[in-house]
Formats: sequence, C-alpha cells, structure tokens
Amino acid sequence: MHAFDYHRPASAKDAVSLKAGKSEGKYLAGGQSLVQAMKLRLSSPSDLIDLSSLKELTGIKVSGSAVEIGAMTRHADVAAAADVGKAIPALAALAGDIGDRQVRHMGTIGGSLANNDPAADYPAAVLGLGATITTNKRKIEADGFFKGLYETALEEGELITSVSFPVPKRAAYMKFKNPASRFALVGVFVADFGGKARVGVTGAGPSAFRQAEMEKALAAKFAPESVASVKVSASGLNGDLHASPEYRAHLITVMARRAVEAALK
Amino acid sequence: MSTSLIGARVQRKEDYRFLTGAGQYTDDVALPQQSYAAFVRSPHAHAVLKKVDIEKAKKAPGVIAVYTGADLANAKVGGLPCGWLITDVKGQPMKEPPYPSLAQGKVRHVGERVAVVIAETLAQAKDAAEMVEVDYDVLPAIIDPKKASSAKGIHEIAPDNVCYVWALGDKAAIDAAFAKAAHVTKLDLVNNRLIPNAIEPRSANATYSRASDDYTLYVTSQNPHVERLLMTAFVLGLPESKVRVVAPDVGGGFGSKIYLYPEDVVVTWASKQLNRAVKWTADRSESFVSDAHGRDHVTVAELALDKDGKFLAMRVKTTANLGAYLSTFASCIPTILYATLLAGQYTTPLIYCEVTAVFTNTAPVDAYRGAGRPEATYVVERLVETAARDLKMDPVEIRRKNFIRQFPYQTPVALLYDTGNYEQTLDAALQIADVKNFPKRREESLRKGKLRGIGYACYIEACGIAPSNVAGSLGARAGLFEAGEIRVHPTGTVTVFTGSHAHGQGHETTFAQVVADRLGLPIENVEIVHGDTSKVLFGMGTYGSRSIAVGGTAIVKALDKIVAKGKKIAAHLLEASEADIEYDRGVFKVAGTDKKKMFGEVAFAAYVPHNYPLDKLEPGLNENAFYDPTNFTFPAGSYVCEVEVDKETGTTTIASFTAVDDFGKVINPMIVEGQVHGGLAQGIGQALTEGCRYDESGQLVTGSFLDYTIPRAGDVPMFQLDTRETPCTHNPLGVKGCGEAGAIGAPAAVMNAITDALGVKDVPMPATAQTVWKSLQEKAHARV
Repeated sequence: MHAFDYHRPASAKDAVSLKAGKSEGKYLAGGQSLVQAMKLRLSSPSDLIDLSSLKELTGIKVSGSAVEIGAMTRHADVAAAADVGKAIPALAALAGDIGDRQVRHMGTIGGSLANNDPAADYPAAVLGLGATITTNKRKIEADGFFKGLYETALEEGELITSVSFPVPKRAAYMKFKNPASRFALVGVFVADFGGKARVGVTGAGPSAFRQAEMEKALAAKFAPESVASVKVSASGLNGDLHASPEYRAHLITVMARRAVEAALK
Repeated sequence: MSTSLIGARVQRKEDYRFLTGAGQYTDDVALPQQSYAAFVRSPHAHAVLKKVDIEKAKKAPGVIAVYTGADLANAKVGGLPCGWLITDVKGQPMKEPPYPSLAQGKVRHVGERVAVVIAETLAQAKDAAEMVEVDYDVLPAIIDPKKASSAKGIHEIAPDNVCYVWALGDKAAIDAAFAKAAHVTKLDLVNNRLIPNAIEPRSANATYSRASDDYTLYVTSQNPHVERLLMTAFVLGLPESKVRVVAPDVGGGFGSKIYLYPEDVVVTWASKQLNRAVKWTADRSESFVSDAHGRDHVTVAELALDKDGKFLAMRVKTTANLGAYLSTFASCIPTILYATLLAGQYTTPLIYCEVTAVFTNTAPVDAYRGAGRPEATYVVERLVETAARDLKMDPVEIRRKNFIRQFPYQTPVALLYDTGNYEQTLDAALQIADVKNFPKRREESLRKGKLRGIGYACYIEACGIAPSNVAGSLGARAGLFEAGEIRVHPTGTVTVFTGSHAHGQGHETTFAQVVADRLGLPIENVEIVHGDTSKVLFGMGTYGSRSIAVGGTAIVKALDKIVAKGKKIAAHLLEASEADIEYDRGVFKVAGTDKKKMFGEVAFAAYVPHNYPLDKLEPGLNENAFYDPTNFTFPAGSYVCEVEVDKETGTTTIASFTAVDDFGKVINPMIVEGQVHGGLAQGIGQALTEGCRYDESGQLVTGSFLDYTIPRAGDVPMFQLDTRETPCTHNPLGVKGCGEAGAIGAPAAVMNAITDALGVKDVPMPATAQTVWKSLQEKAHARV
C-alpha cells in the first residue's frame, strides 16, 4: 500500500468540500474494494476521506411505498432490518448474501453502487426495483445510473447520500456464484409491480442491465414459464475462466425462472 | 497397568498454542537489526533482461541494499540443485539447466526474481522495488506442455525443452499383449495443475553473526536439515556447522515447503553482506506465482483386458510439465513416484509407462500432497471404471476379479507390497456407503431434476520412500532415513528430538503417545522437539506420509536402546541378572518375582549414580537412532463417492463420500481422521474446483483467490470414514502413514461418479459447473 493522507470529516458537506480540493483523493465507504486494490498497489489515492462516522448517511426508513437506505448503511444492517424484511424481503435476502460475514459488516450500499463492480449484487436490485439514487446534488433514476464497467452517472466528487427502493408486490433475487470469488457470476432480480415487471441482471455484462424481453413476458403473466423460454443472446456478455458468454446467457434464463418461482412462493 | 495410549483419541497437545494465537511462525520472529526484503519479479513469462537499473531504487528512503543476479554471480553463489537425477531411456542423465536465485540474463516465468531490495521497513522495500527499472526483451512463451518439444528451447542445455524421456517396463511384450487382447479401454486424461496455497505463506528470516561467523535462518520448511544441506553444500559453499536452520511453527506445507527456494538463499547470503537480519515473507500474490505447483500431466492411458474383464496389460504415456526450472524433487515425482504405482491394487501382469518431462515458461512444478501417486491413481482408477462400463460389468466386480490377494506381492513396476487386504476395505466401504440402495437414491434425485452418479476408487499409496541405497540407485541424491533421539531427564521426564517436521500433522501428540506408552509415562511428561538443526541431531523431514513410519520408527529404535540400558541399570538395582529383567511400559521386573523398579527410578539412578555399575556402564540415559526402512509402506483404501448434478446449471454436489482406509496400526484415530478429512478436501478440490491456468502469454490467470478456487467447507460433505488394519510387516509399530491418502484416492472417485451421472466417458478436472454444463450440452447435441 502506498502512503496516503487520511481524513475523517464531521459532515457530508465537509466531506464533499474536502474531496473538491483533492483531485487524487477518494471517498472511503466500507473499503471492501478500494482497500483491497490499495493493498495490491493497483490504486494509490493521495487522500482517503472516510465517511464511516457520518451518521447522516446511515439508517433505514420504511414507508408503505418505499424503503430508503442511507448510503453508509452496512449490508449486514440491511439484511437484519425487520422492516426491510417485511417490505421487500428479496432486498434483505440479497444484502444478507453479499460476500461473507466480514464483508457484510463493513461494506455499504453507497460504496457498492458508486464502485459499480460488474458482479456486485445491489445493482441488480436497484435496476430490478427501479430505485432512485439521491446524491448531494440531485436524484438519479436507476436506469440512468449505471454507465458501464465501473462507470456511473456520478460526477467527480458527487456523493451518494441514500437509495430509495419502491416496494413491489413481490420480488426475488437469485444468484449463481462465481466458485472462487463468490461474487455473482449471474444474478437476476425480478420484481412484480402488478401489470408491470422489472428484471435486473448483474454479473453477466460489463455493468448491470435490465432484460426487456423477460419484463414484457412477466408483465403479461408473472409466472416461471413466462421467462423459461426466453433465450438470452450471449452477445456483449462477459466471458472469463469461470463462464463463457454462452454459459452466462443460459444462466440468466435459469436464474430468472428460479427467481420468479421464489417470488411466487 | 494403565490402558495403552496406542489407538487413543488423545487431544492435540499443540492446539492450545495454535488456538490461542501463541504459535511462533517465521514471520513472527523479529530479530535485532531486522531489515526487510522485497523481490522485483518478472511480469513476463519469457524475456531477455536487457538492463536492470537499480540506481533510483538504491537512493530511495530507507534502502540498505539492492542486489541483482550479477551480484550473486560475482559472489559465486551457485544455482539451486535438484535432489534426484533421472537417467533417460538412452542412459543419459536428465538435462539440468542452471536455476539461479536471481535471474541471470533471462527470465523464464512470471514471478521469477530479478532483483531484491532490502530496506529498513517493508513498506520502504516495496516502494523502492517499484523503482527498479528493468528493460525486458520479451520472447514467445511456451506454456502448453504438449507443444514444448516442438518449440524453441527456453534453456540452452535443452534445445527441445525436454528434460528427459524415461520409461519403465518391457514395451515390446506389452504391445504384443495389447495386440492380442479381447478389449482395450483407452482414455486421454489431464491431471490438472494445482497451486498449493498453504495457509501460511513462505517466509525466511536470516541473520549473521560476525562474532561467531555463523548464520541462523528461520524458514518455513518441512525439512530444515535438508534445506541446510542443500544451501550450504551446493549453493553458498559454507560449512554446515556454521549454519543453523530453524523451521518453527509452520502453517501447512503440502509439499510446497520441502524445497530450497531462491528467496531463502538470497536473504541468507545478504545477511552476511549487510551484517543485518533480513526478512522476507511472501504475500499471497507472490505465493501464487512462486511456490512450486503440483501435478500437470497430460496422459494417454490404455488397459488391455480379456473378455471376462481380467486385466492383461497397461500402457501409459505421460507428458509431465516441470515448469521453468527443476525444483528440488521435481524430477522424481512423475517417474519414481508415479510409474511405480500403476499396478494399483491389481494383478495387472504387464505395465509400460513412458514419461516425457518438459520445461515450460511456468512456475516450477514439484511434489504436492500425494506427489505422483494421485496422478497414478487417477490413471488406474479411471481406466478400471471405464473398462467396467465398456464391458458392461459392475465396477466393483471388475475390481474384485483383479485384486491382489497374495502377499508379499511383487508388482511389475518395481514395488514389493508387504501386506494388504483390499477386499476388506472395499466390502466395508460398500456397506457404509449403502451402495445397494443407490438405484433408489438415483431415482429420488431424478425426481428433483438432478442426475446422480456413483464412483469408486481403490487406491494404493507408497509411503516412506526407502531404502536409501535403492533410492540412490534410482537417482536420489540424498538419504531417506530418519533420526530420533530420546533424552531422559533425571526425574524421568523425557524430551524427544525428531528429524520429522510437523506443519499441521500433530506429531507433538502422536509421537508423544508412542513414547509415553512405551515408557509408562503420562503424556504430559513427554515433550517433542523438531524443526531446529541446532537441537535435532539430523533429519530428512516430513513429506510422502513418512513421519510415523520412518520418523516414528527411529524414535522406537532409540526407545529400544533406552530400555536396553534401563534393563542393565534395573538389574544392578534389583541385584538380578540382566537376562532376567522383563520390561513392560515403564516397569522393569525380575521375571517370576514381584521385584520391580519403575522407569523413573531407573532414570534417577542413571543421573545420580550412587548405586550404579559405573565400572560397566556410563551414567546418563540418552539415546539416538537412525532408521533406514527396508521397504516402502503401502497404505490402501476404498473410496465411494456419490454426486448430484444440477442439469440446468451443471453444478455438482458431493452427496456422500465414504472412505475406508488401511493405514496399518493407527496411533491416534482422531488425528488420522483429521488427516483424511484434509486430504479428501484437497482431492475433491482437485476434482471439482482447483485448476491453475496460464494464458498463452504465460500470465497466471488464476493468480488470486478471486479466480483460483480452493474448496470451502460447503464444498465437501460430512465424510463417512472407517479404517481396517493390516499392520505393516517391516516396522515395529506396524504403521503405514496417512497424510496423503485422501488427496490420492478422492479425485478418481469423484470423477468416476460425475462421468457416471452424466453418462459420458470423461469430463476434465476441475469439473466446474461450466465444464459439466458444456459436457451436458455436447452430449445433448450428439444425440440430436
């Protein structure tokens, strides 16, 4: 790890202004990706602006129609939140199966979304539920947030403050894990909004995406057979040691069908 | 009389230390004047070193020294030696290219050491290492062992990249048997390359004293005396008396810590140059690219059978990838420890094996848990199971038909099995695995949309490679005995010094059980010392499941001497004739009387020799022994594996795994079970998850745990274990060894089960979900 300066701002506002003065600086959320990259000397920020003491960025608010999660809320806290479990059980379950126990107690939803790892879990839920991401500057709709491999709509220095998930009629997330890293090789989040359906896919492409054909079929009828016959094209999907684009395409259909089955249970 | 400690489930004495974080590993050793080394490693698989510019690095903060290959060459530091000379089919010695500790002129694999930076802190050393500027002229890399012999040589001495072509058996006779056979089963097999990944990375911390002109090296080694011998005699040209090697607590080895590594040499040499203690500890990324890897065979295997399934002959051609350099025992693994195991548990009368060992631009390959024997078992047991399917025979029956039943048994591949009872372990395994109800379970699985398969493996292992003179005639450049010493203290407590080395095996408990049982002592009164050349008289170390069979026997031989001397002392104390003294577990007794002396009384008399035959006997009670076995030991066992395959995703789950092993006498069943669990996990890892991959340019694709899949607890089932005992006939404990068995037998059992589930001839290891899915797709297409 290269040397860096460490800062612990007292407010989100201070964090943003600190960051504005440090072009090579980075926000530190849970550190589950950034610190690893720094240890491998692949990332060498000049400054780390630690957000972990900012209470204003943590916490969960559940209303009848939405679940709002503060950006610095740890995965374990989302997983354990009874009201999340009641409103969107699929979201709590997703959070409870991210990484391992240690990761879940450090990693945060804001950090995960800002990093936009192609195999992260939360992006599938954000797209699958049509969440809204609030930053220190604006609100960004899910569909406009993920821009590509590790790329988001966030501008330099822009800080995620919370994420709001609409409560669906039913939803489920089904993940096929990379055998080594246990990240999502393919993860599919399906949600039924009654006559409207959304399908968010992670792990399969350079960045999470929606599967329009499946959404259409599920809108007509939210049932396993609606997606079971949808053949996904391998074109543009990731290929690596663990899964070819063809295998990933196949797994999207299998995981989508299993997710619909799970949602209906 | 107390109950015997042999066969008792004694809790591990070492666990308090380990579980409370009090273990002392090499990296825990902090020496005065400590400095830290960081190695500059090649990012290329094959390149000419045009220039290594260290000027900037030398001026970096905290840097004490920077050395390159040129510095070692100027100081006449030799290359690393290979410990086994293989003579090829033409009677010529194998090709032994130089293996420099820091690259000389060329690099031959990603991760090869180009320079070392030594600094006041580790961070400073790492920062400065990034400032070493290396100008590489990148050359084409040869990665695929099958293509190595037609590529340009990576070493001058081996222009076709062939280290040796070696063979065992009468090819003409075997070819003739094949020509006449009613049936031939043929398989193309790849034994996948594995990366060891001991939990503790390699580490070396060396210090030099100008006052006494000697060195101390703390190092993660499975055999500190061998490390010292190789380093002093072959590399640094130092008297052994001037080098102390300490291998303190070592966190796993699996073979990867047998070898002398370049980093060990560099820090030891540098400690004198700088008059400083120099420490290097691999980070995990360095372990991946620089530890010796395992396996990596490409094989064509054939079995000739008569119409009733009797084995007539076996023909095996293997290409073995040795990597870029010859690691310490690399050459004997795909030959001496492989071809000789191809008889397995069967009476196959004719066996021919030809091995072409090649150099490639990959990390060196050497012994890894099982070392040659898993590769052999994979060949034999996959062939046998496939032959049964070809002939529509029950795979169990074809094995019974061919089992060796008369012992001793001379195999056609040089080994003499002393004892065994293969049917006994197989019968037990079939019963425990409830094989007769397998068809029902298969139907249940099908109802859930899962494909269920069953597979068997009946393995043989050869442990405690020996005797030294035979090994020598086969090319070994070292002895294969073991040494032990029993130091009895005046109050009758005992310190045992053993040349075996524990790095997870629990010797401190198992060996103490042997000694405490023989001397009638509480186990707390027996202390086991290992891993320090200044304490232990000599040692060949721990590998090849040899510790209890060879190291344990050396201890028993020393105990015999203790008891013999004790009898003389007891005879004096009891005023009886020595011939009348009987000994049993701590009690010296005059035969036929109730006159006796306890072991502690005898020990006390030896050290306070007031009433003692000083005219005939030296005081004191301390004995040592060297034991060179007359033969290998031959553990064997029968494994039954059931798998369930998810047809949609290709995911394979081990539904059950039964292992019945014959390790001869078992000293501590709990420790043996632990060894079997670990071995099975690694064997299942090889079959299902682990596979080292280089890309065509020689970059290690599986260079971290993000891509290299070691098995997790959830990947293995609750094992069903049992043992049967046919005691070894040529060592006093009747023991055979158990460390590698699981890793030897498991891959074949798992792959036989998967191929059974899928109804295909072969699936390559590791059978990941993607691989199995592809196999199912191909089968579906073939049907259309």
